[in-house]
Amino acid sequence: METFLFWIFAIVGVGGGIMVVFHRNPMSSAIYLVVTMLCLAGFYALLAGPFVAVIQVLVYAGAVMVLILFVIMMLNLREETLQREGGMATWILAGLIGLVLVVAVLPPFPRTPAGTPPPEFGTIEAVGNKLFTMYMLPFELTSVLLLIGIIGAVILAKRRML
Amino acid sequence: MFLDFVIVLIKAGVVLFALLNLAALLTWAERKQSAFMQDRIGPNRANVGSITAGGLLHIMADGIKMIAKEDFIPEGAHRVLHTLAPAAALFPALVVFAVIPFGDVLVIGGKEIPLQVANLNVGILYIFSIASLAVYGTMLAGWASNNNYSLLGGLRASSQMISYEVSMGLSILGILMIYQSAQLDVIVREQGQLLLGFIPKWGVVLQPVGFFLFLAAAVAENKRTPFDLPEGESEIIGYFVEYSSMKFGMFFLAEFVEVVIVAGLVTTLFFGGWQFPYLQADGFHWPFEAGVWHLPHLLVTLIQVGTFCIKVLLWCWILLLVRWSLPRFRYDQVMRLGWKMMLPLALANLLVTAVIVLLVT
Repeated sequence: METFLFWIFAIVGVGGGIMVVFHRNPMSSAIYLVVTMLCLAGFYALLAGPFVAVIQVLVYAGAVMVLILFVIMMLNLREETLQREGGMATWILAGLIGLVLVVAVLPPFPRTPAGTPPPEFGTIEAVGNKLFTMYMLPFELTSVLLLIGIIGAVILAKRRML
Repeated sequence: MFLDFVIVLIKAGVVLFALLNLAALLTWAERKQSAFMQDRIGPNRANVGSITAGGLLHIMADGIKMIAKEDFIPEGAHRVLHTLAPAAALFPALVVFAVIPFGDVLVIGGKEIPLQVANLNVGILYIFSIASLAVYGTMLAGWASNNNYSLLGGLRASSQMISYEVSMGLSILGILMIYQSAQLDVIVREQGQLLLGFIPKWGVVLQPVGFFLFLAAAVAENKRTPFDLPEGESEIIGYFVEYSSMKFGMFFLAEFVEVVIVAGLVTTLFFGGWQFPYLQADGFHWPFEAGVWHLPHLLVTLIQVGTFCIKVLLWCWILLLVRWSLPRFRYDQVMRLGWKMMLPLALANLLVTAVIVLLVT
């Protein structure tokens, strides 16, 4: 069952990723990116991380992508107005960079299957405990970063009103 | 293993069946309710021979009409996304109910069956994450129709939904703190306890402010009056103006399914879910040690499921009453209410709850 689900998520997720890059229409690309995000959430759920899975949907599919869609809607791009990008050289360069990334990522993959995680692994309680003990400083720093972002947004919006 | 799979399938089937049929019934209830409140008769013409069933046949008539009408995609519209949008609107509404428990554990022949489709550790967060996907239906419908009015309607709808998601999330955090869990079955079970020996420990008793905030935010998410300005069926044009046939029907159905969802959530989080006051697993435990009235397990389960259904129906009806009682907000009023009144109130409620929980435990 899990292998079956894994292959569904893998095929749809990678397919969605490819479509994001190759689709001409920015709106369609964004929707394919949403599909990929949802597949990633599926992976997290399969990997016994329900909290991360749900947050993945909530933050990436539910918030970040909605914002991107908003921007695309506002720009109101038409397919005809978009110009073709790059020539052969760009394609080859992009392909090479992609290949290097794949090769760099491959070795760290564990070849042996990991054991079954303890039952409380990945639950809200477990993640919360780790966040507020072991990773307290990074957590707080991230909060400060978000706060800076919020303040920046408010100031930008205010300046436009004046 | 196979048996478990079948049980889950049956539970999912029962929940979806009840959800869709209740939503369909609500279309009739809404029209009858509005007619009653406006001193009219309401739908009464659809008939088979001389049978009208109090207008209930209108549900069938509407369904047939929707399916039989021409399915129209306007010129210049994005065909795929235009078709995808109604599905994207209906899908989140249909899957949210999976985590809402409609009864306690049912034991048949030594096999324990929790009366909940999926018991997730992240229950409440699952609801939020799925609810956050609901905005795609409106955005895509607004954009893909190639109509500036529907685009504006889509923007109105999605900015309203995003704004009220914040207050909705914060209003429930108090419940999470008090019951110390995000699992909905645990939350409901905790609500079976008593305060001072006789008051049921329901969410609304401990979190009255959270309850009102949640109710208001949920109605706003649902885009129904007084927050129905994304559609504004009588004056302004909404995001689904370019939809016809069953695609429009799906938006319409999604709205009524969401009514049931809101009723289910309010019941589960604030009104004790399937808890009947003083009813425990083995029968009624009357307060002040007034004795125990033992009941068989099946009867207790039946009462609990029945209690849940009645509470949900009651809340559906209250939501219909709200729909036909209040006038519509203006757009700036909606935004001001959401960001400048409900959000600070939700934050204050959160802070006070946190301090009290910290002092008590």
